[in-house]
Amino acid sequence: MMPNGLAAIIKKEFTRFFTDRRMVLTTILMPGLLIYLVYSFIGSAMTNAFTVDEDYQPLIYVQNLPPSADALFFQLGIVLNPVDADEVATAKQFIQDKQADLLVIFPEDFDSLLAARTHYTSASAAVPPTDEPFNIDVFLNSTSSTSTNAYVLVNAVLDSYNTPTITINASGLTYDLASDEDTAGFLFASLLPMLMMVFLYSGCIGVAPESIAGEKERGTIATLLVTPLRRWQLALGKVLSLGVIALLAGASSFIGIMLSIPKMLGGALGDEGGAAFGGALYNVADYAQLLAVILSTVLLFIGIIAIISAFARSVREASTMTLPMMIVVMLVGALAMFSPGAQTELGYYLIPAYNSVQCFVGVLSFTTSPLSVWVTVAVNLLVTAACVFALTKMFNSEKVIFSR
Amino acid sequence: MANPQTIVQAKGLCKTFKLSAKQQRIENAPGRLRVAVDHLDLSANKGEIYGLLGPNGAGKTTVLRMLATLIKPDEGEAHIDGFSIGADPEKVRAAVGFLTSELKLEDFFTPDYLFGFFSTLHNVPPAIAAQRKDALFTRFGIDEFAQVKVGNLSTGMKQKASLVLSLVHNPDVIIFDEPTNGLDVITARVVTDYLLELRDQGKSIILSTHIFTLAEKLCDRMGIIINGRMVSEGTLEEVAAGRDLEEVFFDLYSAATKEVA
Ligand SMILES: Nc1ncnc2c1ncn2[C@@H]1O[C@H](COP(=O)(O)OP(=O)(O)OP(=O)(O)O)[C@@H](O)[C@H]1O
Ligand SMILES: [Mg+2]
Repeated sequence: MMPNGLAAIIKKEFTRFFTDRRMVLTTILMPGLLIYLVYSFIGSAMTNAFTVDEDYQPLIYVQNLPPSADALFFQLGIVLNPVDADEVATAKQFIQDKQADLLVIFPEDFDSLLAARTHYTSASAAVPPTDEPFNIDVFLNSTSSTSTNAYVLVNAVLDSYNTPTITINASGLTYDLASDEDTAGFLFASLLPMLMMVFLYSGCIGVAPESIAGEKERGTIATLLVTPLRRWQLALGKVLSLGVIALLAGASSFIGIMLSIPKMLGGALGDEGGAAFGGALYNVADYAQLLAVILSTVLLFIGIIAIISAFARSVREASTMTLPMMIVVMLVGALAMFSPGAQTELGYYLIPAYNSVQCFVGVLSFTTSPLSVWVTVAVNLLVTAACVFALTKMFNSEKVIFSR
Repeated sequence: MANPQTIVQAKGLCKTFKLSAKQQRIENAPGRLRVAVDHLDLSANKGEIYGLLGPNGAGKTTVLRMLATLIKPDEGEAHIDGFSIGADPEKVRAAVGFLTSELKLEDFFTPDYLFGFFSTLHNVPPAIAAQRKDALFTRFGIDEFAQVKVGNLSTGMKQKASLVLSLVHNPDVIIFDEPTNGLDVITARVVTDYLLELRDQGKSIILSTHIFTLAEKLCDRMGIIINGRMVSEGTLEEVAAGRDLEEVFFDLYSAATKEVA
C-alpha cells in the first residue's frame, strides 16, 4: 500500500494538471499536433518536389541482358542499355551522380540457366544444376525519385518470371548508390534520437519548474511542510507524478513524429518505402525496450530539473538555471548523429542521458543488446533515486525553502 | 488558576540569519549576520491564550516559525505538548495548527478540495474529516464559496479558508502569526471570537501581534519581545502592573535600545 501522504501528493499533482484544460492542451496536445502538422507539411512539400513525369524514359543499364528480359521490357516501351563488365563502374558512378537511374546485372546466360533448371531431367544433363537461386542485382540511388521509380518498375517486371529460382539483390552488396549523407532514411534515423531527447526534455521542462520552483515562489510548499507529511513522500510524489505528465507530453511529440514519418519518407523514398519504414518495421520487444528507456529517461530528467528548480527562487530563475542542461541534452543527442551504430561497450551505458541516446540509436538501427538497455534503465533509475534523496534533503532545508 | 500546566516551553532559542548581499543593500544593514532571536525563553499554559508582543522586526514571526518546526533554531530547545521541536518535528506538526500569511494556498484548488487534501496529510479518517468540514465551513460561512477556486476569493475569504485548513486535524495547540492582519473589523472580530471559543474548548493558543489593545483583550499571558529578546513575560497584571500597556512597552523599548547604544 502506498503511504497516504505520497498518494495524496500524486493525486493533487494529477488533479492540478488534468482538470486544467488549458494545461492539458498546451502541454500534451499541442506539441504532438504541431509536430505532426509541420512534418507532414515538409513531407508533402518533398513529395511534390519528387513527383516523376509520366512520360519519363528511365535510363537503365543492363549487364548480361537475356533476350527474355529484353522482350518483357520492350512490351512496356522501355529501352534497356546493355553494358559490358568493364563499363559497370562507370554506370554506377552515373547512377550516384543521378545521370542514370538503374544498373541491372543478370547472371551470365540467364535464359539457358533458367531453362536448364526448369526442364532438368537426369537424361538432359550429366550434372544436375545447383538448387541455389539465381540472383539479379539492381543498383539504384534512393535519393533520386526517377531511380526509385525505375526500381519499383524493374522489380515488378522481374516478378513476372514468377519463379522461386530467382532472387533480387540477395548478394549482400550495397545496392543503394546514394552517398550516405544524402539518404533521407539515414538522415531521419540519425536525427530521431536527438529529437526524442529534446522532446522528452521539453516535456519535463514544461511541468517540473512550475510545480516546484512555482510552489516555492508562491509560498504554497511551506503550507505542506507544516503538516506531518514526510519530506521523502513529497519529493517522491512530485517526481513520480511529474514524470507521468512529462511522459505524456513526450509521448505526444513522439506520436506526432511517428504519424508524420510515412509522409516525410513518402516524399523521398516513394510512398511504399515510407509506409514500410513507419509501419511494422519494429517488433513488440523493440517497442518495449524503447518505452523502458523513455520512461527512465523522463524520470532522470524530472529528478535533475526538480533539484535545479528547488534551488531556484522563481520559475523564471529555474528556466535560466536549466538552460545549460538543455544544451547538454541537445549535444548528447547530436552525438548520435555522427555515430554509425550504437556503442557496444557496456561502459558507455553507465553514463546517464548518453546511455539513453545510445539505446535509441541501438533500437532504431537493430543493433541493441537487451543487457545495455537494462543497464541504461537501472543507471537512470538509480540517478533518479539519488535525486529524490537529494530533493528530500532540500525540502528539509530552510535555506532552500525560504531563500530570498 | 490553580497550578497551570505548561504546554509550550522554550529555552534559550537563538536564530541568526545570513543576509544576502542584496538584502544587506536594501535594509542598509551593517553586517552579513542578523540576529533575529537572541536566547529567548517562553512558556505558555494549557488552555490559555499567549500573546507575543513586539514591534516590527522584533523576531515574533521567527519564534513562531521555530515553534512550528518550519525553521530550526541555531541554539536552544522547545517542547510542545511534550514533543521536542528538534527531535520529534513530525509529532509537533501533528499537534500544532500553524497559521501565518506566508503559508499560501494554491490558487487552482477549491477550499472543499483542500480540506480533503490537508485532512489526508494529517491522517484524519475521511468520516471525521467530513464531519469537521461541515462544522467548520458552516461556522465560517465557507460553504458559500467552498467550490470557488482560492485564486478567485477575496482576502477575507482566503484568510477564513486558511484558518479552517490549519485546523483540519483539530490540534491542541494553535500558533497564529498576526491573526487580524489585513482583515476588516468584521472579519477580524469573527477570528478573535473564534480564538476565544477555541480557548474555552481547552485549546492552547500562541499568537503574535503588535496591536496592544488586541493583546489586552485576548491574552491570558503575554511576552514582550524586542530585538529578539524576551524583555518581560507574565499575565497582563504582571507585565503592566496597573499601568497602560503601551506606556510600559515604550519604557521597555527605550531601555532596551539604550542598552544597545
Ligand atoms: N529568512 C530570513 N533571512 C534573513 N533575515 C530574516 C529572515 N527572516 C527574518 N529575518 C530578519 O529577522 C528579523 C526578525 O524578523 P521577524 O519576521 O521575525 O520579525 P517580526 O517580529 O515578525 O516583525 P513583523 O512585525 O514586521 O512581522 C528581521 O530583521 C528580519 O529582517
Ligand atoms: Mg512577523
